[in-house]
Amino acid sequence: MDGILNALILLSNFVIVPGIAYGSQLAIGALGVTLVYGILRFSNFAHGDTMAFGTMATVLLTWALQSWGVSISPFPTALLALPFGIICTILVCLAADRWVYRFYRREKAAPVVFLIASIGVMFVLNGLVRFIIGPDDQRFADGERFIMKAREFKRLTHFNEGITIKTSQGLTVVTAAIVVIALFWFLKRSRAGKSMRAFSDNEDLALLSGINPERVVMITWIIAAALATIAGVLYGLDKSFKPFTYFQLLLPIFASAIVGGLGNPLGAIAGGFMIAFSEVTVTYAYKKFLAYALPGDWAPQGLVQLLSTDYKFAVSFVILVLVLLLRPTGIFGGKAV
Amino acid sequence: MNGAEDYLIGEHLTGGYGGANILHDCNIGVGRGEIAVIVGPNGAGKSTAMKAVFGMLNLREGSVRLDGKDITGLTPQARVAKGMSFVPQNHNVFTSMSVEENLEMGAFIRRDDFTDTLGQVFDLFPILKEKRRQAAGELSGGQRQQVAVGRALMTKPKVLMLDEPTAGVSPIVMNELFDRIIEVAKSGIAILMVEQNARQALRIADKGYVLVQGRNRYTDTGAALMANPEVRKAFLGG
Ligand SMILES: Nc1ncnc2c1ncn2[C@@H]1O[C@H](COP(=O)(O)OP(=O)(O)O)[C@@H](O)[C@H]1O
Ligand SMILES: [Mg+2]
Repeated sequence: MDGILNALILLSNFVIVPGIAYGSQLAIGALGVTLVYGILRFSNFAHGDTMAFGTMATVLLTWALQSWGVSISPFPTALLALPFGIICTILVCLAADRWVYRFYRREKAAPVVFLIASIGVMFVLNGLVRFIIGPDDQRFADGERFIMKAREFKRLTHFNEGITIKTSQGLTVVTAAIVVIALFWFLKRSRAGKSMRAFSDNEDLALLSGINPERVVMITWIIAAALATIAGVLYGLDKSFKPFTYFQLLLPIFASAIVGGLGNPLGAIAGGFMIAFSEVTVTYAYKKFLAYALPGDWAPQGLVQLLSTDYKFAVSFVILVLVLLLRPTGIFGGKAV
Repeated sequence: MNGAEDYLIGEHLTGGYGGANILHDCNIGVGRGEIAVIVGPNGAGKSTAMKAVFGMLNLREGSVRLDGKDITGLTPQARVAKGMSFVPQNHNVFTSMSVEENLEMGAFIRRDDFTDTLGQVFDLFPILKEKRRQAAGELSGGQRQQVAVGRALMTKPKVLMLDEPTAGVSPIVMNELFDRIIEVAKSGIAILMVEQNARQALRIADKGYVLVQGRNRYTDTGAALMANPEVRKAFLGG
């Protein structure tokens, strides 16, 4: 019996807890992608670098605050800097819309033209971030590191294995829950949110109802920028901030949004968790887990790892390809916010 | 039928979708509390004429006047603000939104309390009140058309433009819808409507326009057109 429980604790520690945290980060990222798709009707390839930009702005202010001795310990200082990062990112997104996307909107350009334009924006943001903060790994997490340490867990219980919950993980899940509830409240109940859904559902009829498309687009960028920054900062606190990693995050984020159905916010959340758990479960080495779970001498010799962590992006890619082949509108049905 | 000028007038409307002209010197008008009906074969340009009047078509020539004022240069949104409302032929409801949300979106430009108008629409179409929480995409064809007309009424328009409001509904529902439209007209709203069911529509029309290949072929009162043997033969099936 203890064997099974130890196995479950082990699994919680290395699969479930990190999976939930990573899933929340992907979900917030995918929500941004899916909202932009629903309203502006293109896949925004600049989203990963928008996350990087927002995180960079937050990191810079965090360092400044730290040097001034400002602290909200046990919480990370970055939380205090987050609103500043969000505002900077909103300004950047609105500028990109003003100088790039609005032109194509007036031209009534095809979605693929927008997509290519967004790749251009991606390169600009990418260069900007590397120019300002550099390409290296940056650490900016401070405050209390753990909510629960494995050692304490073991002391409190009598198990061999323990569960570690990092502050960043707890913070990620709580923030994600707040963000998702606020976003859905906004979309469901507020006048502006309803006008966004109406615009996403039927653009022509929205115009006939007197809904101002430029205003809808502006609100969408504001929300997308905020979501990108929040997702980026949470990911950075959990792992670390390295611009290239954020570019790479584009794949699992798009996979999440597409699996859930582009334009469908609930789908984006479900997709985020699906991708995260696929990645974590496929790259976890089950050796120790099986040693606990199976009777004594059945314990395996090898690592029992399906895929090395180096290949984790392959997981998103395979899922993405499968979904696009079997159900191109995503599992939860795409289009319409 | 002339005399005082009509409330809404489209005059010498000429234009198309970029290439060749679809409309050629087309004239349409409707007075307050009147029902004007546009009929004609498929592809005659009826929907195009409606779009032209609502500012959704680049006109090469012609003008649109509302209450004596030239509105040719106004965007569709600006026309909504001036009291015009349009139910397009296709995709005329927000399918993913509830019936009530559809009506709310109709009232989007209103900053005042529109519960009164909502109540009036529910009185006009009681089924909508019953289904207010249901997604418009889940409703039957006739119910959807009621949502579409209801949405357009939420701005308290002075002009209501309907493009084939009875498309794809049963004869019973069609008569029902026509009765409601007459009710709306009686409240003083000018109604400009395109109809496939020419016979039934001309019966309730104060004015009728028969459009062929983007041109006015016959223009008269509804009753006179119904009585005209040529019109009967060519457009009303004998
Ligand atoms: N969006 C469009 N772009 C180009 N041509 C169009 C468009 N809509 C309609 N047409 C053309 O304009 C003509 C008139 O169409 P329409 O006004 O829809 O006719 P009706 O409503 O009388 O059936 C048709 O020849 C049709 O092919
Ligand atoms: Mg038509």
